[in-house]
Order: sequence, then C-alpha cells, then structure tokens
Amino acid sequence: MSKNENAVEMRAITKQFPGVLANDHVDFDLKKGEIHALLGENGAGKSTLMNILTGLYHPDKGTIKVHEQQVEFRSPKDAINHGIGMVHQHFMLVPTQSVTENILLGLDDPRFRLNLSHYHDVIRDLADQYGLHVDPRVKIWQLSVGEQQRVEILKTLYRGANVLILDEPTAVLAPQEIDELFKTLRSMTEEGKSIVFISHKLDEVMAIADRVTVMRKGKVSDANVLTSGTNKQELARLMVGREVLFNLDKVEQAPGETVLAVDSLEANNDKGLPALRGVSLSVCAGEIVGLAGVAGNGQPELAEVITGLRPPTAGCVRVHGRVIVGEGCEDSPRTNTVRNVIDTGVSHIPEDRTHVGTAPNLSITDNVIMKGYRQSPIARGWSIDRTNARGHAENLREAYNILAPTVDTHARLLSGGNLQRLILAREISSEPKLMIAMQPTRGLDVGAIEAVQNLLLAQRANGAAILLVSEELDELISLSDRIYVIYGGEIMGETMEGDPEGIGMMMTGTRQHSPSTAEGVGR
Amino acid sequence: MTNPAQTSRGLRLPFRLRFEPRMEQPGWLSALISLGAVVLALILGGIVLMLVGGSPIRAYAFMLKAAFGDIGVFSDTLTKATPLILVSLAAVIAFRMRLWNIGAEGQFFFGAFGASAVVLTPILPPETSPWLIIPTMVLAGAIAGALWGFIPGILKARFNVNEIISTLMMNYIAVAWNNFFIFAKWSEGGFQMSPQFPRTAWLPRLTDYSSQVPLFRGLTTHLGLVFGLIAAVVVWWIIYRSRWGYEIRLIGDNPRAARYAGINITRNTILVMMLSGALAGLGGMSEITGVVHRLQGAISPGYGFTGIIIAWLAKLNPLLVIPISILFGGLILAGREIQPSGVPMLIQGILLVCLIGSDFLLRYRVRITPRTQEA
Repeated sequence: MSKNENAVEMRAITKQFPGVLANDHVDFDLKKGEIHALLGENGAGKSTLMNILTGLYHPDKGTIKVHEQQVEFRSPKDAINHGIGMVHQHFMLVPTQSVTENILLGLDDPRFRLNLSHYHDVIRDLADQYGLHVDPRVKIWQLSVGEQQRVEILKTLYRGANVLILDEPTAVLAPQEIDELFKTLRSMTEEGKSIVFISHKLDEVMAIADRVTVMRKGKVSDANVLTSGTNKQELARLMVGREVLFNLDKVEQAPGETVLAVDSLEANNDKGLPALRGVSLSVCAGEIVGLAGVAGNGQPELAEVITGLRPPTAGCVRVHGRVIVGEGCEDSPRTNTVRNVIDTGVSHIPEDRTHVGTAPNLSITDNVIMKGYRQSPIARGWSIDRTNARGHAENLREAYNILAPTVDTHARLLSGGNLQRLILAREISSEPKLMIAMQPTRGLDVGAIEAVQNLLLAQRANGAAILLVSEELDELISLSDRIYVIYGGEIMGETMEGDPEGIGMMMTGTRQHSPSTAEGVGR
Repeated sequence: MTNPAQTSRGLRLPFRLRFEPRMEQPGWLSALISLGAVVLALILGGIVLMLVGGSPIRAYAFMLKAAFGDIGVFSDTLTKATPLILVSLAAVIAFRMRLWNIGAEGQFFFGAFGASAVVLTPILPPETSPWLIIPTMVLAGAIAGALWGFIPGILKARFNVNEIISTLMMNYIAVAWNNFFIFAKWSEGGFQMSPQFPRTAWLPRLTDYSSQVPLFRGLTTHLGLVFGLIAAVVVWWIIYRSRWGYEIRLIGDNPRAARYAGINITRNTILVMMLSGALAGLGGMSEITGVVHRLQGAISPGYGFTGIIIAWLAKLNPLLVIPISILFGGLILAGREIQPSGVPMLIQGILLVCLIGSDFLLRYRVRITPRTQEA
C-alpha cells in the first residue's frame, strides 16, 4: 500500500435536512497515514459529513469508498466494521464501570463469561503501543477529562479503527494534555492510521494537520490546503470568507475603583467536596479580568457563588464594598438570594446557554425579560406590560442583530450564535456594574466570536467591571487587562503580561513564585 | 436525530414515509388535525357500534340529541361540565409549572368537605342569608382544597417528595376522611350520607327563576358554572398576563433558568399547589351545593382524573378547557343513555386515543415519496 492511497473517498455527498441543504455535493479525501483537518464555522456541514461517514446519517446522494471499495453504511456498526471510528466531543462512557468494561461494552466477543484480567492485559498493551497511558482497572469517574478522552480513543482502536475522526478533541484539555494528545496522534499515523481532525482552533490545525479541507455553508470551499504552505490568517479568511481581525481594538484605559472584591471564598461542588479553597480576587470598573484554568478547577462554582446560585461555606463577596454573598462576614445579608445579586447590578452570562441561560419553549420576548420582568416598564403592578416587553425585545433584536423571524419565535429555534447574542443583549441591556461572563464565545464560529468579544470590550469602555472566565487562552490574553489562574479551587497567581507559557504552568498546578508586577495594581 | 423511516427499512413498501419535525405549528392546523381525529374516532366507534349490532348513524344522532338536542339536556350537559371545568383548571395551572398534581380528585372531595362543614357543623345556622352563607362556603371549599394542595406542595418544596405519589395517596385519605363523616358524625339516620343542606346553602339554579322566566323551568344549570367561567378567565390572565404567571411558565419550561433569573421555586411550588387545590376544592363545593345538596360518597365519578385528560386535550390553555369540558359533559350524559358503561366508555376511550395520538401530526410533517424516485 502506497502512502498516497486514499483511506476514504467521499464523492458528491448531498444531504438535505428540513429547510437546510447541510451537504451540497461535498467531496472529501483522506489519505492513508495523514492528519486531515476539517475546518469550518458552526453549521458549515462538518458534523453532517462526518455523521454520514460514521453511518449515523444516510446521504441523499453520493458515494463513499473505504480503501478503494465502495460501501453503503446502514448504521454506525457498518462503519465500525469498515474501520471507521469517531471520538465525539461529549464522551459516551459509563462512569461507574472500569476502563476495560467500557471498551468491551456492546461487543460480541466476551460472549458470556467475562475474563476481565485477560482483557485488562490486552487493553494495557494496546494503550502502551500508542502512548495512551491509562489504567484499565480504574473506574471512569476517577479519571480526568484527558484520560477519559484516551479511553474513547482506545475504544475505537480496540474496535479496529483505521480511520479516526476526532470532533474538537482539544476543547477540554490543558495545554500539556494537548501536547500528549498530539504525540499520540502522530504515533497513530506512523502505524498507518488516518485521522480526521475537526476543530475551530487554527493554531492547533497548523500544528498537527498535514492537509486542510475548508467547508462553508454546506460546500467545500477549499480542498487540499497544505498546512506547510499556509498560515493562520489565510485559514481564517478561507473559513469565514473574509479577513478576520484577530487584533481587537482595545483602547488603553486606567481601571476605576474596585467593584468586585472576593475574599477567601470557599465552597463545595455538587458532590459536597471542596471546589473553592480560599479564593481572593478583585475586579475594577472599566477592567476585564480573566480567569484562566482547565475545566473543572472551580470556575463554574466561583461564578455560581458570586451570582448567588451556590451558597459559600466561608468568605465574602463584596460589590462596591457591600457584601452581596457571604458566610461569616460581619455584614452578611440574611439571604444569599440570586434576586439580591441581580438587583445589585450583577449580570451573568452562564456557561450553559440552553440549560441555564434560556427557556427553550418560551418566546424571544419572554427570554429577554427574564431579568427585568420585575421592574417598570416591563412590569406594571402585578401584570406584565406586553407592549413594552415586545418593544424591548424588538429593540434588542435590532440592536444585537438576533436573527429570528419575529420576537415570538421560540428560543430553541435559534442557532448557538443567535442564542448567545440574545443572552448578551439581555445581560448588557440592564447596564450592569459587574458582569460575570462564563465562556462567552465557546462553540461559536469566528464571526460570532468577534462580535461577542467586541461587545465585551464596549462594556469595558462603558466602565463595567467584567470577570471573564474562559478556557481559550488566546481569548483571555487578547481581552483581559489582568489574568488570574485557578487550579484545584485555588488562585495560582496573577499576571498582567499574558505569557501563555507562564499561564500554562499555573494552569497545571505550579504556583507563581515571585509575586508578579500586577500584585497590588487595581486594589 | 433519528429518522424513524430508516429503522423500518425491512418493510418494502412502494413508497417511503418520512417524518420531519415541524418548525412552526399554526393554529388552524391544530384545529384541523383535532377535527380529523374526532372524525376518525367517530368512524372507529361506528365500526364498534356495528359490530355489536347497532346502527352507528342512529346511535350518534341519539347521543347528539341526548347531550345537545334541546335546552333541557344542554342545561344538564352544562351542569356536568361545571365540575370538569374547575378540576381541569386545577390541572392546567399545576401542569404549567410541571407539577404533576394528580390529586384534584382528593382536593375536590376535601373542598366538598370544607363547604359542608359550614352548614353541618354548623358554623353558620341554616337561617343565615344566602348572601353570607354561599360566599362562606365558597371560601371554605377553596381553603380546604388549598390545604389539600399545600401538604404535597410543601413536601415537594422542602423535601423533594414526588408530588405524583403524594397527591395520589392524598386522594384516598380525602375519600376516607369524608367517609368517616358521612358514615358516622354527619350520617342521616344511619344512611351513608349527610342530611340535606338548608335551602339557603343551595347555589341558585336557572329553574329557581322559572317564575320570572318560564323558559328556565326545570333547568339544572347552577351558579357553579359562572364560578368556572370566571375561574377560567382568571387562570388565563394569571398564566399569560401576570408576573406570577411568567414565573410559573419559566419554571415549567426550565427550572434552572428560573433559578438563574432569581425566581423562588420553593415558594412558587407551594403557591401553585395551593391554587390548584383551591380550584379543585371549589369544584367540589360547587358540585355539592349546586347539584347534590348534601355530602355523600358518590359525588365524583372520577372528575379529578377526567380533568387531567381535559387539561392535556386543551394543551394547558385555560380558555380551551371550557369547550372541551362541555364536550366531555355531553359525552358522559349521552353515553349513559345508551348503556351505563361499556360501549359509550369505549367510544370515549377511542376518542381520547385519537386526539392524543393526533398530536404527533402536529409536531411532525409526514412526507410520502415513491421509491422509484430514489436513485
């Protein structure tokens, strides 16, 4: 088999969904032994194409060849039998079972009697072969996200996958874990396996992929782009079809007085284990303060405590010197209600847009009045002034460019970017003093990311204090005036320079030794 | 996203059925589909009638006449619809918040008890003016029902006790509680019923005014219907126009978003359960003061449960509850004219399955494509 042989050949794939032509005569080749990045904005048709390749969808038209042999997949099982495996963004593992049990799940081979220790050895050998270090005996819930991802990869390898599709595999990983993953991917291609790498992150695409296929609006806009002959700006342009400003126009401005002061805050997570261990930080007016950290190190808990959604076990949160949330503070409010926090002028862009930020079966109007329905002019006595509510919604739809037929459209029919604009519209229109923004650009395409980032900068220029929690280091560094790094529920350090290396070290648990120049600034 | 058509691949029909989710559901479509479901149910019911040796056309004509044929029977239909409207509204308000209160039956009985207590204890002597005694009984019925809703409400709010189980169990307690009084304390001469209420405690019926309006002679429709109509409008206003209703709708659609918006879910759980109970309790009060005029065992043939079905058929719209309750009232009345149970219940069941099943067509569009067109 020559190196130039095609592992997968998709020709003229067409798939129509109600109202959308998701794939329009798409051609896609994957060479044996290559890492091929599939790039495109949300809704460009990448997932549809890969779901067709893995047998989840049946194409309306088009042909698929795997190793020069024409195939027709009726189910994901057919695709697996032809050596095609996919690692989804959201892992599909049973938390209470061991690694080995998860990998064997659904297979015919251990038919009745399960000789686990034999399989433990088989899986350990397979793992060692590709540098996917994980103990097969351990239960899934005991593993970190990065280790769980390794289990997912092992699962597809164990099923004999020659073609691996990875859907945004780095979204949940720390920088060091990303390096590990990339090493594994390279060792797999050396073994002759082929990899499709779906990502929005241009740096990673440049770092790992050999070739890039760019999709836009259901079509392939550029195929056969060699990463050796292109750069990040070029890829971004191909992806959105226009030049993207990666340098946001952030004006220099001196921060004002301290708005948010968090003092030795402690809180538990949902399992009752300590999630915050004495977090102290401050945010000033007209300042964006970033909170960097790998997922699961206390960021959501911190945001929830500040916004009143989670009771702290110790410590105080002050806004303009007044305690809004606290446990054991000298002037703690009697109740730590969310309403109290909202009325103080704190707005919150939640991490989970669909499950926390909006009500899917209510109209856009009902969704934008979620925070303001208690106050005039939306409220009129015990009733809601429908005319004012609709007018408010119409204004926001116009001003924030929310694409929807009418303000009566249900929120569930909005795309991710539009839903985020709705939430931002609602949270910004209340003219907050303090804004807690959790992953405001996660899962959005490049165009929408730029819009959201500029909205945040506009709020900063207006004098709002913004605490920006994000796992995107690039975003944090380009937007923030200062950055705190959180690890294991503790602040590892604070930096003004924004050097990715130093932040990366702190994100993996190395405490900042000498207090940086930022210490004391803005206090 | 699974496509049902892909799973039924084994069946080689000359055409393919495809189901696609509808993006919007226009109002006329909803009406058309419901009408289609009723027609289908009538055809299926007709087949049943033919199988048992009857003439479907004659039977349907007879049923129509028995329920809506003249002002007398229509008045009886409205009388039957009155408790149904109130218990259905009780279900609507609770279901809007996704509180599965299936205890309207028990709240109905407890409301009846509360109202009875006013005249049987007696709290007010029989010679009290109806202008005082009836409002007192309305209040007592609503409060007793609200109490029966408050208990599962606070259990749910404070200890997260499943309201489906607790409200269901409370139904049995309420019936047993009433039985204790009608078997013992308020028993009339050992019979399992209380003495008749004094006339001052009867809700005025249309027939009471037959001396002024001769047309009203013998009409049983009573003031309870007005309570039901007012309650429907009030519940509609609460759900769609008030701040409280907005909170209820938000909690019902996404409790996490409601919490994030600063809404007190605990408080609303208790309040909504109390309002739901009060509406069902008012239904019980209206039934015994408007129809039965005494407290007895068989005051409800399962109104509380029928109310759940009506609430669903009305798509939790308080105003739609009114026509559907009247339809059900007619069906109950006319069915009894054919056979006490059996065939009419069968037809009622077929109608329900058709109506609830037709909901699928409202949510999905069916496309039929001939197989030859496929490449």
